[in-house]
Amino acid sequence: MRYALLIHYPQPAVSTLTEDDRKAGMAAFHAYAKALDDAGVLLSAEVLQTVASATSVSVKQGKLQVQDGPFADTKEAFAGIFMLEVPDLDAALAWAEKCPAAGWGTVEIRPSAVRYVDGAWTNAS
Amino acid sequence: MTEDTAARAEDLARTAYGRLLAIIAAKDGDIELAEDCLADAFAQALHSWPEAGVPGNPEAWLLTVARNRRHDIHRSAAHRLSDPIDDLARGGAMIAQELDPDAIPDRRLALLFVCAHPAIDPAVRTPLMLQAVLGFHADAIARAFAIPPAAMAQRLVRAKRRIRDARIPFVVPERGVMSDRLTPVLEAIYGAYAIDFPLVAGIEPRDSLAAESHYLATTLVELLPDEPEALGLAALLSLSLARRPARGTIDEFVPLHEQDTSLWDAGLIALGERYLHHARALGGMGRFQLEAAMQSVHCARALSGVTDWRALQTLHAALVSVAPTLGARVAHAAAVGRVEGAHAGLEILDSITEEAAQRFQPAWATRAGLLAEAGRVAEAVRAYERARSLTTDHATRRYLERQRERLHG
Repeated sequence: MRYALLIHYPQPAVSTLTEDDRKAGMAAFHAYAKALDDAGVLLSAEVLQTVASATSVSVKQGKLQVQDGPFADTKEAFAGIFMLEVPDLDAALAWAEKCPAAGWGTVEIRPSAVRYVDGAWTNAS
Repeated sequence: MTEDTAARAEDLARTAYGRLLAIIAAKDGDIELAEDCLADAFAQALHSWPEAGVPGNPEAWLLTVARNRRHDIHRSAAHRLSDPIDDLARGGAMIAQELDPDAIPDRRLALLFVCAHPAIDPAVRTPLMLQAVLGFHADAIARAFAIPPAAMAQRLVRAKRRIRDARIPFVVPERGVMSDRLTPVLEAIYGAYAIDFPLVAGIEPRDSLAAESHYLATTLVELLPDEPEALGLAALLSLSLARRPARGTIDEFVPLHEQDTSLWDAGLIALGERYLHHARALGGMGRFQLEAAMQSVHCARALSGVTDWRALQTLHAALVSVAPTLGARVAHAAAVGRVEGAHAGLEILDSITEEAAQRFQPAWATRAGLLAEAGRVAEAVRAYERARSLTTDHATRRYLERQRERLHG
């Protein structure tokens, strides 16, 4: 089963990070990704820039709207995604609780529904 | 010469830090201020000792300088309260140098009880002990607990301010409440040993903290020599640490029954046995003594070559009745399986119905082992796979994979 670990954390925490904090955070994410990879459960991992760099697009009544900023202005913002292939939710939970971001934000676990592979949408499981 | 002095100051920082901090902070309950003053004193030592030489009684020297520093801070903040300790300190370094080192009282026991006070958040008790008693920097503690340094620093500061503002007393609890108040102290010390490190990929901070945990436990026994459970904890940590060299690498986990006993530390085993013996003589069974007794049975294999599983079964059953944690019940099932056969072990495992057991890796690993022994290979393979999927630790996962592969071979 494919699961997404969606990482959310408070944005101000990022802007006030010191260089040491940032290094420690990167080391923690590196160790985490390596552990996932070694275990053979990691499909992909991506950590995003802060919401300050976000641009949101929508087409409303045929009119393109480009907005400078995130889609939703919340205290905890979406910050990154880990895609895992594990047998079940309990295994996904075991990994999610080890995610460094669980310590300073929230990790949301979402099972994948369908995915596009070899030219067709297929059930993800 | 400078290097020598620096090394001397560092050595002192390790051994005397908690003693000095406990004395300075006990005055007004302000650990934060005491830390600052002590840091100033150490900085001053590094500055003046290389030229003036290390004083005859360095601890008293540091204490005097730290107290003077606190006095200055209080005075500059327009504190005009009479302070007998500071009056003593103003007598100057000359007097301090004459002081008998043994005359500096050891108030670390009170400090340990403050750190594990019921009014302090259980999650911060262990970090607080590491900082206040051992002088650990917040960054190092944050690394060990895999928490961002800023968050850890904030938690520590909040706890220290709470101690000061709520006036948590720097006292050793009276006899009547001792056992209630001692338990959180023991648990916090054990916490430094048993941190469930979020990850071990390439980093292994657990060794260093295990040693600190052992140091705290043996210090506690020195200060509180007749508490059976304190002795039990010191015994447990001594006997567990003794086996560390045989436990494998970060890539390869070697389970207890496969460990090469010649790698075990005989000195630590002897120390642990002494603590345990003393605890037994005092009477009164508790969780830590039971766990230490189990370790003792395992360590006995170094001499006898065999493991007394019947004794272990009895101890596991006793632990379940004292502290029925999920881990204790699973370990009990494993011990019963050893003595009475896989079927009996599985029966106990099946009786654990709480939902958390479904996500508890040791429960699945134990089940897999018992199923394999019972000849139920297909189920055993599935249980090993389940255990493996719940494991985030590299070495443990490799071990479980090996076990599963054996079934196919």
